[in-house]
Amino acid sequence: MTHFLLLTAIYFVVLLGITKPLGSYMARLFSGQRTFLHPLLRPVERGVYRLTGVEEHAEQRWTEYTLALLAFSAAGFVCAFAIQLLQGHLPWNPMGFGTAHKPAGAIPVTPDLAFNSAISFVTNTNWQAYSGENTVSYFTQMTAFTVQNFVSAASGVAMAMVLIRGFARRESKTVGNFWVDLTRATVYLLLPLAFFAALLLASQGVIQNLRPSVVARTLEGSIQIIPQGPVASQEAIKMLGTNGGGFFNANSAHPFENPTPLSNFVEMLLIFSIPAGLTYTFGRDVGDTRQGWALFAAMSILFLVGAGVLFHYEQRGNPLLTQLGLQARAAPGQPGGNMEGKETRFGIADSALFATITTDASCGAVNAAHDSLTPLGGLVPLVNMELGEVVFGGVGAGLLGMLLFAILAVFIAGLMVGRTPEYLGKKIERREVQLAMIALIATAASMLVFTAVASVAQFRQGGYWNPPGAATANLTNGGPHGFTELLYAYSSTSENNGSAFAGLNADTPYYNFTTAGAMLIGRFAFLIPLLAVGGSLASKKRLAITSGTLPTSGPLFVGLLIGTILLVGALTFFPALSLGPVAEHYLMQAGHVF
Amino acid sequence: MLRRRSLADRELLVRALTDSWRKLNPVTLARNPVIFVVELGATLTTAILLHDLYSRPAWTQAMSFEAQVALWLWFTVLFANFAEAMAEARGKAQAESLRKSQSEIVAKRIATSGRMPSAPRKVELVSASSLRAGDLVVCAAGDVIPGDGDVVEGIATVDESMITGESAPVIRESGGDRSAVTGGTRVLSDEITIRILSNPGETFLDRMIALVEGAQRQKTPNEIALNMLIAGLTLIFLLAVATLPPFAIYSRRAMGAGLTPSVPVLISLLVCLIPTTIGGLLSAIGIAGMDRVMQHNVLATSGKAVEAAGDVDTLLLDKTGTITLGNRQAVEFIPVRGVSEAMLADTAQLASMADETPEGRSILMLAKARYGLRGREVSEAEMEFIPFSAYTRMSGVNLEGRQLRKGATDAVVEFVRRHGGSVDDELLERSRQIASQGGTPLAVCDGTRLLGLIHLKDIVKGGLRDRISKLRAMGVRSVMITGDNPLTAAAIAREAGLDDFLAQATPKDKLDYIRKEQAAGRLVAMAGDGTNDAPALAQADVGLAMNTGTMAAKEAGNMVDLDSNPTKLLEVVEIGKQLLITRGALTTFSIANDVAKYFAILPAMFAPIYPALAHLNIMRLHDPRSAVLAAVIFNALIIVALIPLALRGVRYRATGAASLLRRNLLFYGVGGLIAPFPGIWALDLLLRWLHWA
Repeated sequence: MTHFLLLTAIYFVVLLGITKPLGSYMARLFSGQRTFLHPLLRPVERGVYRLTGVEEHAEQRWTEYTLALLAFSAAGFVCAFAIQLLQGHLPWNPMGFGTAHKPAGAIPVTPDLAFNSAISFVTNTNWQAYSGENTVSYFTQMTAFTVQNFVSAASGVAMAMVLIRGFARRESKTVGNFWVDLTRATVYLLLPLAFFAALLLASQGVIQNLRPSVVARTLEGSIQIIPQGPVASQEAIKMLGTNGGGFFNANSAHPFENPTPLSNFVEMLLIFSIPAGLTYTFGRDVGDTRQGWALFAAMSILFLVGAGVLFHYEQRGNPLLTQLGLQARAAPGQPGGNMEGKETRFGIADSALFATITTDASCGAVNAAHDSLTPLGGLVPLVNMELGEVVFGGVGAGLLGMLLFAILAVFIAGLMVGRTPEYLGKKIERREVQLAMIALIATAASMLVFTAVASVAQFRQGGYWNPPGAATANLTNGGPHGFTELLYAYSSTSENNGSAFAGLNADTPYYNFTTAGAMLIGRFAFLIPLLAVGGSLASKKRLAITSGTLPTSGPLFVGLLIGTILLVGALTFFPALSLGPVAEHYLMQAGHVF
Repeated sequence: MLRRRSLADRELLVRALTDSWRKLNPVTLARNPVIFVVELGATLTTAILLHDLYSRPAWTQAMSFEAQVALWLWFTVLFANFAEAMAEARGKAQAESLRKSQSEIVAKRIATSGRMPSAPRKVELVSASSLRAGDLVVCAAGDVIPGDGDVVEGIATVDESMITGESAPVIRESGGDRSAVTGGTRVLSDEITIRILSNPGETFLDRMIALVEGAQRQKTPNEIALNMLIAGLTLIFLLAVATLPPFAIYSRRAMGAGLTPSVPVLISLLVCLIPTTIGGLLSAIGIAGMDRVMQHNVLATSGKAVEAAGDVDTLLLDKTGTITLGNRQAVEFIPVRGVSEAMLADTAQLASMADETPEGRSILMLAKARYGLRGREVSEAEMEFIPFSAYTRMSGVNLEGRQLRKGATDAVVEFVRRHGGSVDDELLERSRQIASQGGTPLAVCDGTRLLGLIHLKDIVKGGLRDRISKLRAMGVRSVMITGDNPLTAAAIAREAGLDDFLAQATPKDKLDYIRKEQAAGRLVAMAGDGTNDAPALAQADVGLAMNTGTMAAKEAGNMVDLDSNPTKLLEVVEIGKQLLITRGALTTFSIANDVAKYFAILPAMFAPIYPALAHLNIMRLHDPRSAVLAAVIFNALIIVALIPLALRGVRYRATGAASLLRRNLLFYGVGGLIAPFPGIWALDLLLRWLHWA
């Protein structure tokens, strides 16, 4: 308990500390001002423009901006898809994946799997139906996946800038230039931060090499294959870009990805750093930093409450085991609680905090098996995702989601002060409400409908679509727990989180295509309407703020925002959750586990 | 004419009840997605009931449940229809009585149409409906004016009571700002020539009928946006409920027990979740808001204008008639040294005995109020009244050899000096002081003796300062417009507590000020009557034209005040705000209500699969059927319970946005969260007691 409180407190204070400097840096960067890295990196930026023929000062309308984003994502998809399928003919493949020399037990990259993975990385989801160490080459990891880790995160920041500019600009037809935002985010923000983070992680023992797997003979005399690879370089951006796709199947639970409590702390900090910084960038760009801090406060409260609940239920453990005499309370040298699926080097506190952070943001890296969380402990990551990952959230996408809820909150409650709702001087009218609802409905529909179909879909056993037969035959657990596994899979993909609850064998054409569909909806059907909101807001006048204007920076608004998020989220998903974690919890209380 | 009617007016109730059945027509109901979904659900449940009636041999408990659900779903639709019909009923009743006054009118058209003004006029009798804009007509005493227009010749008294409800006749004359006449009104005396300005069907009366009847009612921008929100929520809840059967099928198979929820139960859940409260009351709120404006005798050309009034940031108020009473009044007697105030008052009163101007009368009133000096019996023979003239700039009376005078300070001083008296410098200084504070000093003398000064000043209307400060609390700036010099303007602005003033204002200054405010992102409201106000009225976001004003002003503004009282602008702003607050409050309430319904229906729905979910039945409802029914009934009754609130508007308090939000959020948000728990619990208990479920 003390450890958890201390860890969370230190984490929060450090996060608070980096928010303003990083936020002002991004504000300067994306408004075209010079930063301290310009002397070093400006030549690189200009080189990119010269090479690609980008007009640095040409502004785009939101439609042009969106088309550029879509074109860029499509190109990224084609590259990632092709590299996976052609990896047998490409270099840096010491294990010979995709060739005749592939190791025994290697899983082949089928077109549907390659499709799923390509979509997954382009959409910043990093849902992994493959397992890194026995499916893909280092070349694929580095050029297909890591490159997308950078640019999908950079696209996310770019999209957030559109909505920020929508609030900051007045009567403007344009919202910035996608190519310029993308380049700046990559060159000045992600590359330098990832570089230092990779060095820091390597110092803790994260590996970085291109060697084949090491074969070791253990003391017991059995053979153990220890995979190798360029891990540190991918690990840093995986966290920083809230991508979450592990180099290894075990993700951040693997000692080569996340060896020490310190590396664990650094990884958690990397996840929230840019999303937290963006709240400050937002406040600065709209000319009132308190507006940004209000969003930060709402996010922080939801984060801390979620972490607390998750930790509480994990530390309380399973009552059935407690009845058998297992000590649930932590004691010196004894973590107590529910340690199933957790690494002993992290224990309950570090695992609970990590699980909260990775699902608050759309990261999806895991350092513990979410499938093994207690029912209500596991409810927290699920709810975090279903609320739209607005608690700091994905790089860029989190701020967009939070602003969506701010728009809804202002619209509903704003009327109660007797004026047409306005947020930061921009009137919230029909178009904004309509677009916000489209974004909200798209993701809710994706999560609910895909889960509903998978709940009842039947396939021929041994057929192409789903060899195990019924879609539910891929579940390894039954009862409400199995339902949670399904719901989690589609919540994770629809919200571009990418973490797996596990327990679901998702590498079949049916799941590969449906989760890919969910990821596409979660990325584009959710974010494009918000880009349109940005375009619409940018073209509006900015109204004067008077004492009759709804205040959007005080505790009252923070409470209202949280209330709106919880109410809309709870009302949409409460029935589904009651059939999953909630039913499982009460059944566990009654002595029935799954 | 647009008189108030009680909500419980029997005639209106009957009309609304019939209309709520007529509104069941799915074609018209489809415009309201939420209630339309309820109607579909009711139809489906009824169909299931009929199918069961046909296919089952005996009446079962399940059928009794279906019947009750169907009944209450139909009630839900009817209640929502009733709310709308009730809001429309008043307008319809008013429109009918207006239409009665619009009987066929015979017009006396001048055949030459003014081509040769000097030519002898030939008058032909035509039907008013054949008049076109530009025609000239003559109206003599007793004639009904055949259409809207401007008086181009003559002066007449006109009875406009059918429009304004005000029985005192008004004067209409050619030229100036009182030239507009309205079709349907009646000339009482004299004869006027009118140039018709509107084509048949487009007259003011036509527009008025259409407006009160709601025929032209279009959804306002905010209403459309809110409709988007509730339609979107409806879709989300449709998804949440439609995906439940597959979820339940999985769960049933996984647990090897239980039932998939039945269609009536699913429909019940859906109807309870979708925002039926606000969906059912939304249009009623809008219509009632327009109606409230009309009860203040203000005619808004669109609901949009009323809504915009709530958004206003800056109010431009004319000084005369809006901020101050029309005329200056005496407020103080200032005697010179050696003269008592009572004596000065006495002399001033005598000097003003014959003064019929409002200023003169105010001196008498002040003397009476301060010193109990009543008008005395003085025979006219003993008095010689000296009337005011622009030349002497004073008036008074000669009485028993005394020459009592009052008037402009310099004129009276001149009079005293000419008769050999002396003047105290202190008095002149005092006079200058009064002038610099925006007041008007009048000097009073008795022959050669200067007795003192009377301080006349503009009187700010009672209670205005308070209202201005309330508006300020709500973030509305009030700006005074006056032709006075800046010094005078500043003094009055200070006294009325205004935020700003525009002195020596020309119509162009007004227009520029409005543009400047709008460029800074503020919405502006103003009142005006003259033709030269028209551009500013058109430019302002809310333009309240006076009914006494010109046709041009009425066309330019988006509201007309039939009482021609510019202070109404304040009320219109308040009604606009109240309208928006009511909408927001009921939306919040409606959404917050859902939480309790989940706790009622979900455990009931899934009890056969997961009996352990009974833990969620925190209201301890008796059984699944009564729980679902209680939630549905609560959902229907809450609409009825809130109809009065929707029609009257929520209580409006003039405070800042922050405290308004805190209050309303607490009341409608938190209240909406909590209220259904005891409500549903009590209904469940009642159903048990009645053995209905």
